[in-house]
Amino acid sequence: MYNTGKVIFFIILLILFFTIPMWINFGRLEAIPQPELPKEEKKCVESKEYMRAYHMKLLDEWRKKAVREGVHIYVASDGEKYTISLQRTCMKCHTDKEKFCIRCHNTTLAHLDCWECHISPEEVKKWQ
Amino acid sequence: MAIRRREFLKILGIGVVTGVVSSFGGVLIGRGKDILKEIKSSPSKVRWAMAIDTKQFITEEDFKKVIEACHKAHNVPQIPDPVREVKWIWVDTFERAFPTLEHEFISEEVKKRKFLLLCNHCDNPPCVRVCPVRATFKREDGVVVQDLHRCIGCKFCIAACPFGSRNYNFYPPKEFLKEVNPDYPARTIGVVEKCILCYQRLDEGKLPYCVEASEGKMYFGNLNDPNSSVRKVIAESIVIVRKPELQTKPMVFYIL
Amino acid sequence: MFEYALQGKPRYWIWLGFLVLLILIGVYYWNLEHQIGAGRVVGLHRDLTWGLHIGQLCFFVGAAAGAVMIVLPYYFHNYKEFGKITVLAEFFAVGMVVIAMLSVFVIMGQPWRVFYVLFYPTPNSIIFYDLVVLSVYLILNLICGWVVLHAEYKGVKYPSWLKPIIYLAILWAPLIHIVTAFLLQGLPGREYWLTAIMAARFLATAFSAGPALLLVLALLTKKITGFDVGAKAIDTIAKIVIYAFIINMLLFGFELFTAFYSGIHSHQAPYLYLFFGYEGHTEYVSLMWASMILAAIALILLIPTATRRNEVTLTLGCLSLIISVWIEKGLILMIGGFTPNVFHTITPYTPTFPEFMVAVGVWSVGFTVVTILWKVAISVYQAKEKGVFIKSS
Repeated sequence: MYNTGKVIFFIILLILFFTIPMWINFGRLEAIPQPELPKEEKKCVESKEYMRAYHMKLLDEWRKKAVREGVHIYVASDGEKYTISLQRTCMKCHTDKEKFCIRCHNTTLAHLDCWECHISPEEVKKWQ
Repeated sequence: MAIRRREFLKILGIGVVTGVVSSFGGVLIGRGKDILKEIKSSPSKVRWAMAIDTKQFITEEDFKKVIEACHKAHNVPQIPDPVREVKWIWVDTFERAFPTLEHEFISEEVKKRKFLLLCNHCDNPPCVRVCPVRATFKREDGVVVQDLHRCIGCKFCIAACPFGSRNYNFYPPKEFLKEVNPDYPARTIGVVEKCILCYQRLDEGKLPYCVEASEGKMYFGNLNDPNSSVRKVIAESIVIVRKPELQTKPMVFYIL
Repeated sequence: MFEYALQGKPRYWIWLGFLVLLILIGVYYWNLEHQIGAGRVVGLHRDLTWGLHIGQLCFFVGAAAGAVMIVLPYYFHNYKEFGKITVLAEFFAVGMVVIAMLSVFVIMGQPWRVFYVLFYPTPNSIIFYDLVVLSVYLILNLICGWVVLHAEYKGVKYPSWLKPIIYLAILWAPLIHIVTAFLLQGLPGREYWLTAIMAARFLATAFSAGPALLLVLALLTKKITGFDVGAKAIDTIAKIVIYAFIINMLLFGFELFTAFYSGIHSHQAPYLYLFFGYEGHTEYVSLMWASMILAAIALILLIPTATRRNEVTLTLGCLSLIISVWIEKGLILMIGGFTPNVFHTITPYTPTFPEFMVAVGVWSVGFTVVTILWKVAISVYQAKEKGVFIKSS
């Protein structure tokens, strides 16, 4: 291989560059996103572990059910029934999207466009 | 050595193409049934229809109550630009609602009457036929729904609708909302919206907002039920629909 | 072979730089629409939702398919005179299809959802087929042109596996504008479009304006690079252009007959609006007549053999034809479909400056593709002419 030294050097540099998010936050507790949970309600539609891993799947399933299949009641795994609605169910408890949803989504750089259409509780205040 | 590599690449290429084509085809066949359900109207127990008694709508207030009930509940923006309005239900003249019926010598009173126009939820909807992603689709009970999560804003449905019932969001709608219903979402720029026959309320056993606010001037019900008010009133009165020659089979009837 | 695209005289780079500048301006205005709302940027409105850009789709999809008028005689009928222009025609088709596809992309209200058309395939929607058909045509032409050129570059005959792909590309070409015409001619509420002849007219304009544009570009290239595709080739293409254009004008006449002899007022209304004005609105009268006059000039210059053989009058005639068809397909077609609107009143539409600049940006992308591909092709042919062969190892 020609220029072996330079090639290997720059490959290492490239690997270091692409892994910046990992090692620059090493050991920093502040880097862990802390979403603020609602104070009164202790129970969500599903368990914390399930929601953490699958909330996006649940929301996708919800919007398909409500809009495309005409199913408006969701039966949770513990048998309890919830109305399928972002504004009327989820945001009834998780009233502040900046302190809850956006905190994690900013860290993971997963852009959310829910509120381009949907109206969050603090947004409603703008019209009152 | 060179021949072996070429053979390998050929086989790999054919394998990839076959794999992609067959999986795509498999998805299509599997989804085909679902797709058909969403675009065809199928004979079912319920077929929603509406009949508007145009003689009863006399004052401006009569119309305003109905329109505002819908627009306020659904966060429909009030766009000041007159050629880019967003209106799910609105008032129009006889000439514009029924342009081919216009004649010099028909009743002046009918010609001066105003008509409530909205999406006709046609049984043979051209808008459903053209939507490339089935963002607009037909439910089994006849409602032509608009799925705002899926709309790509191509505006093909607006070109296809012969009745001008569809609205593109040329402006950011939230900027033009004077008040907001916190229990219903708004929309964003670049998507198409229209009357959805309050399908959520229908699923809960309630009437659409407009019908409720009309205080009896609008009939609504199941066309397949011979005892429903809408069936009876259509059988007993002179009713017209918009652009019957196009055979889109609209489900909104106007009682003259 | 691609290294030819990376070497060039200063005028090559200046031209590409100019095109890139236009592209950036187009991107700026396209982005503006999504920041502040289309209503503040474009001229479209509630009664007319497809305007300049879908018009560009209709025109350029025809230009792309027009290449088949060169490719078909060469491959199906062994018309050797088209030897030097076939690869250029295929590359031209690639650029034109890029313009067509981008023209649809820029009108989307939610462009980042464009892949939904593939995630949620809808066999009843013509847009789905349009996307598939245009993408496949792009790939087919790119493969055909590149492989044949590469074979020339190496001094060998093109591989036999290419033959079925070439045949497929030829049969596929009419498909792209038939599908695009089907977008329009299946809509029940638009009387100007609801005619079986729409697809036939698309074919006729494609086979006239497409090769005409290719011809003008070929003549321009001869002036700039000295690469001559051959007088016989030019002459045959000119003949194809004028016959197709005569058929197009005839078909237009047929449409006029049906509209006016049937006496159905709503069928006549779009034509009345375009030619004479309707209910006080005369926005497109001058443009419509300009298109007709240019069409007449094209017929006058291209029918007689003498003026068709003379390069100056040939170029003028072709340019007249291209502009006439561009006005008619690129703008008037959309206006006629939506005006009068579904309520039988007139809501006028004028493309705005930002809308136009986005269209210019889209054209620039296509012409960048054509420039780069033609640079490679012409460099290969000129190297061959000079006797510089690449020995196949």
